[in-house]
Amino acid sequence: MGIAESVVATIITASLPLLLAALGELVAERSGVLNLGVEGMMMMGAVAAFGIAFATGNGGLGVLAAVLAGMAMALLFAGVALGLAANQVAAGLALTLLGLGLAGPIGEGWVDRPGVKLPTLDVPVLSDLPFVGPLLFSQDPLFYLAVALTAGVAWFLFRTRPGLILRSVGDNPHSAYALGLPVLRIRLAAVLFGGACAGLAGAYLALVYTPIYNETMTGGRGWIALALVVFATWLPVRLAVGALLFGAASILQLHAQALGVGVPSQLLTAMPYLVTILVLVLISRNRVLLRSHTPASLGQPFVPER
Amino acid sequence: MSEALLSAQGIGKRFGSVVANEAVDLTLRAGEIHALLGENGAGKSTLVKILYGALLPDTGTISWEGQPVRLTSPAAARRLGIGMVFQHFSLFEALTVGENIALSLGGGERMKALGKRIAALSGQYGLPVDPDKVIADLSVGERQRVEVVRCLLQDPKLIILDEPTSVLTPQEAEELFGVLGRLAGEGRAILYISHRLEEVRRIAQRATVMRRGRVVGTCDPRTETTRTLARMMIGSDLTSVVAPVPPGESAPVRLAVRGLSLARGIPFGVDLEDISVEVRAGEVVGIAGVAGNGQNELFQALAGERGSMPPGTVEVDGKDAAGLGITERRRLGLAFVPEERLGHGVVPDMRLSQNVVLTRHRTDPELRRGVTINVDEARAVAARVVYRFGVRAGEDDPVAGALSGGNVQKFQVGREIDRRPAVLVINQPTWGIDAGAAVVVRQAIVDLARTGSAVLMISQDLDEIFEISDRVGVMADGRLTPLQPTAELTPEAIGLMMAGMNAAESPAPADAH
Repeated sequence: MGIAESVVATIITASLPLLLAALGELVAERSGVLNLGVEGMMMMGAVAAFGIAFATGNGGLGVLAAVLAGMAMALLFAGVALGLAANQVAAGLALTLLGLGLAGPIGEGWVDRPGVKLPTLDVPVLSDLPFVGPLLFSQDPLFYLAVALTAGVAWFLFRTRPGLILRSVGDNPHSAYALGLPVLRIRLAAVLFGGACAGLAGAYLALVYTPIYNETMTGGRGWIALALVVFATWLPVRLAVGALLFGAASILQLHAQALGVGVPSQLLTAMPYLVTILVLVLISRNRVLLRSHTPASLGQPFVPER
Repeated sequence: MSEALLSAQGIGKRFGSVVANEAVDLTLRAGEIHALLGENGAGKSTLVKILYGALLPDTGTISWEGQPVRLTSPAAARRLGIGMVFQHFSLFEALTVGENIALSLGGGERMKALGKRIAALSGQYGLPVDPDKVIADLSVGERQRVEVVRCLLQDPKLIILDEPTSVLTPQEAEELFGVLGRLAGEGRAILYISHRLEEVRRIAQRATVMRRGRVVGTCDPRTETTRTLARMMIGSDLTSVVAPVPPGESAPVRLAVRGLSLARGIPFGVDLEDISVEVRAGEVVGIAGVAGNGQNELFQALAGERGSMPPGTVEVDGKDAAGLGITERRRLGLAFVPEERLGHGVVPDMRLSQNVVLTRHRTDPELRRGVTINVDEARAVAARVVYRFGVRAGEDDPVAGALSGGNVQKFQVGREIDRRPAVLVINQPTWGIDAGAAVVVRQAIVDLARTGSAVLMISQDLDEIFEISDRVGVMADGRLTPLQPTAELTPEAIGLMMAGMNAAESPAPADAH
């Protein structure tokens, strides 16, 4: 691999967990549920993936465990935020605190132990292409899954009836309910999908990105994923572009540090977060863009009228 | 007469300690237009929600085609063949017309095929809708058309319409009556909810009148007079608006709009083109027009919601207001009452006194105490408005969202009139509120004008225009006709101006610049 290739490869690797987590959150938010617990769900996914893969030596089981762990966390959130119609912001923050807090005691024995790394899968013929071959067709299974999920979510939301129903619930749950749609069940499904995706993102961190356990392996990526959803104005393809941009910001600062650019390393490390803030400010200035895609009922609990 | 299609017996529904319906009986027959009359809060909406499956009754039974049924959900009601056109629109703002309609149908239909069906049906019944437009960009009138088309596409046996004509021109209403007649002729039952008595007398074969949650009578409205129906409905005679003679041409101009042109602010909006209008002290000027012809844009332009405009295009008492923002305009003596009550006019989650502060803190020094709010004064103003305009509030200083639509409207009109503004700009003053509240609001508008203020009233309700405006202009496609004294016009003439201008628009606007 040449330098350009390896830089692009690291950017893709850095952006993938953001993309996975943000895709799930995008679906949940499209149904009107704001789940700020992404960081916590992601952490639990990483813990489960690392632990199960470590114990069994099987990366596939690790991924499965991460998905289930993410969904279990999401179910907990749903019980409070949907079942009891509690404040979604508070419930989501609590979920993040819970996930990060649990990671410590659970993973105590694994700290700094090397784990299992997912194998790469080469796509026959295509992986031999120059430049794009190693970048796009010689990757781990989660990469292919993330690409498929992005396309799948876009297709689902805008080309299928269940996707239309999901968007309608996010736009106006009361009207959706009046049409006879099971609003809470639809939201539950969306939240669980969000949990599964956050779990996958965690699995990617634990099994691909840095297969060494440490308690801070999510490193605030859940929060960046949340910002990404807004950045992408709730559109999946724009989300993928955004994830690459944020991935690039976090990788290029590493390269810049390595090259000894005359900027304090603290500032460089803060780059992805500064980019997040800057982009959010720019996006929120464009009201037309926001208005046309923001789920109107985002963050509002729904209680069926009976 | 045919068998009963739907029969409801002894329907009762309580919300906490409030009795919304008690021992309500209603029988609907196929091929019949049946009116449900009553003031807001009489329990019509609750009854309708029960019939549509959106609410479960506490007591009572419903039978459909002779069989007892339980309407546990709107979907169940729709499966039986009950269709509903809502008063508070149940459309999804972010979705297109086609997507909205697709959601209420069974599914399994391609959007393209559905689009064709929509076009065919809207052509057949004269209800033009564009399946690809996003609801958020449609006016109220257009939204209603979408609701009607959506309902008809389900081929219902019973169609429930909640206040359908409140946003239509006389011609549009005529067309709707034609549609309803045809639908009834096809053997469908129609439940027509209204408080417009003239209308009900013309089109309905039977009427059920409700008051305070109970049925107070069933009659054949064709054999009743408006007066007898009103008495059944409100329990006493309805007063009418008293409008003294307006001032002559010598009265000073308080609001002047000169050659105002403004590009649309949103996609599918309307460009304002060369709008000129003068409103003198003491008069009410009405702006008539079909929904979505630039009325909302004109309101926003006058209210300063669209930012600054070329100098001299808007003047208040001879002072240029075109470059000013909302607050500065208020300080010049302008007051605004928007069409959308909740969310635009008032904040639903805030108390009435807090809503008073929101529009008046910069014009009423007594509402401030240094840099803080004078809460006592705000409460006093709110209480004054509640008292003077007969706002029915369950408690002291409730949140605005807890009031019924008519009461919110009385409050937000009262809040501005209480300021004694130099100029009041009001958009759709009585949309969707009951007859009693409408009289209060219209009387207040006239009274304000006759004390020397100028009132510009945008309204789609021609009865209202004729009842209280002294001069009238018609908006069509972003332009305004010169004002004419209302007394010299007929509703038909204005209706033709709306339609005529629209027709003349389409080929080639040769006079456009």
